[in-house]
Amino acid sequence: MQTVTEKLEGMDVWIYHGQIYIPNTYSAGAVGSRFLIELRDKKRIMGTRCPACNRVYVPARSICKDCFGQLDEWVEVSDRGTVLTYAVDHESKPIQPMATPIVYGIIQLDGADTGFVHMLGEVDPEQLRVGMKVQAVFKEERVGNILDIKYFKPLA
Amino acid sequence: MPNRVAIVGIGQTYHTGSRDDVSQPEMVAEAVRAALADAQLSIKDIEGVFFGNMETFEGIYLPDHGMAAEVGAFGKPGFKVNTGGTTGASVVTEGFYMVSSGLYDLALVIGFEKQDCGDTTAAISAAAVPTWAKGAATGAIGEFAKQALSYLETSGAKEEHAAMVRLKADRNACRNPHAHLKLGLKSVDEVLKSPYLVWPLRLMDFCPQSCGACALVLASEKRAEKIHKKPVWIADVEVVHQEPFRAGVFGDPTGKETYTQHVACERLYKRNGITNPRKDIDMAEIYEPSNWEEMNLYEHLHFCDKNEGWKLIEKGITEIEGEFPVNPSGGVIATNPIGATPIIRVAEAALQIRGDAGEHQIARDIKTAMATALGGPNWTVLFLLKRSL
Repeated sequence: MQTVTEKLEGMDVWIYHGQIYIPNTYSAGAVGSRFLIELRDKKRIMGTRCPACNRVYVPARSICKDCFGQLDEWVEVSDRGTVLTYAVDHESKPIQPMATPIVYGIIQLDGADTGFVHMLGEVDPEQLRVGMKVQAVFKEERVGNILDIKYFKPLA
Repeated sequence: MPNRVAIVGIGQTYHTGSRDDVSQPEMVAEAVRAALADAQLSIKDIEGVFFGNMETFEGIYLPDHGMAAEVGAFGKPGFKVNTGGTTGASVVTEGFYMVSSGLYDLALVIGFEKQDCGDTTAAISAAAVPTWAKGAATGAIGEFAKQALSYLETSGAKEEHAAMVRLKADRNACRNPHAHLKLGLKSVDEVLKSPYLVWPLRLMDFCPQSCGACALVLASEKRAEKIHKKPVWIADVEVVHQEPFRAGVFGDPTGKETYTQHVACERLYKRNGITNPRKDIDMAEIYEPSNWEEMNLYEHLHFCDKNEGWKLIEKGITEIEGEFPVNPSGGVIATNPIGATPIIRVAEAALQIRGDAGEHQIARDIKTAMATALGGPNWTVLFLLKRSL
């Protein structure tokens, strides 16, 4: 095998600086919209169940990823669940929905078969544990967004 | 039965953090020229060109728009692919399909990334589905921190084992002229002094941002042996996809997910009569974005039983002198030009079979090698390479 390059030192080169900003929209779809409306109006976390695979997806989805079946059986799952794993982010970026440090968690809600990606709050970092029980805290003013759940807090 | 396909030309650039001396196509052309020189072919001989890159990682859309003509694709058929982390493996798969189908006798496949141009984490975060994940996408570091935590909590591994993986990678990288990070690490303690990025993932636990390219020339059976005296055969390829992001993590915390390495390995091993990978395969180049994921992958690629990955590193089994060397090149935590990273795994495994890896050549004769790629979360591409079919 051949390598044909050597690093060039002290070369005078032009570099262009830029930043892309691309406005966009994303449709939640009928099933995703119903999930968000239930969250907004009733503070309920909804999933869909695949009868063939006996599996409850949260958030609700219309298509089973295992059998490709069309899902229309809605189930309400608990607002409580178990922390499967987590990461503490200290690096502040404009995209983030709250001030750092942010604790991102994957939570399995009671009644769901999937991990649910969200944030943990009201938690002492020393207290964080895989397996800890948590409960959703809803915002007072809800707008139909996944962030209508403010975060999940540890159950006393 | 598809036509047999061999790798007859291998080329890569050196890999480093910044390449302001070259434009993107100029950097890619270095790898293409090296691969053609290795095959002793001219670009005129090549019938189709397929290249891969993580679109937007360089901050531009349609990178092929501005470079196809300068990387050897002018006037030729071919297209670009982007499958996330597996991109560099997807181009090899694509070239393999094209040559094995009989459409072409000679195909050029290219992977590249010039990470001094863009913001990788911003680009990865933009891949998240806005409905469910706006603001919850942490890029690769956050995902692999969650994977590391799962492994730490459940496998019995300690942070010292992750550090031992880094030491192995660094020792090997220091022997590889193309590797990016060559830290000269001497002890576990040096790694354990490295700061946390996101606990329990340390700076030294994770892959760097590299600039570089890698290219391979693939040939049909009727051409291969006339072109190169040591063709390396692509004995088999397997591709399995999971869904990005909503699976949540590079692992299976619910115990109910399809783990794509399991599916891919089951199919590949069964088709090729592999019952004990560590005996039936001589070495592997695996795609390990972190040292924690390397231990996890040992288990999921069935190199050992569950919760035993860290024991392989503790016993030195995967060292370059060990029973089953893994990543003698130094691997991804030493060198990570993302779109090129999986194709480098294939290139390095092929070099080991040829006996042309130089200072990081495994002393034992390597007849069969495996190369893997990971992306998504949780997409898998596997290659089985052989000296003879």
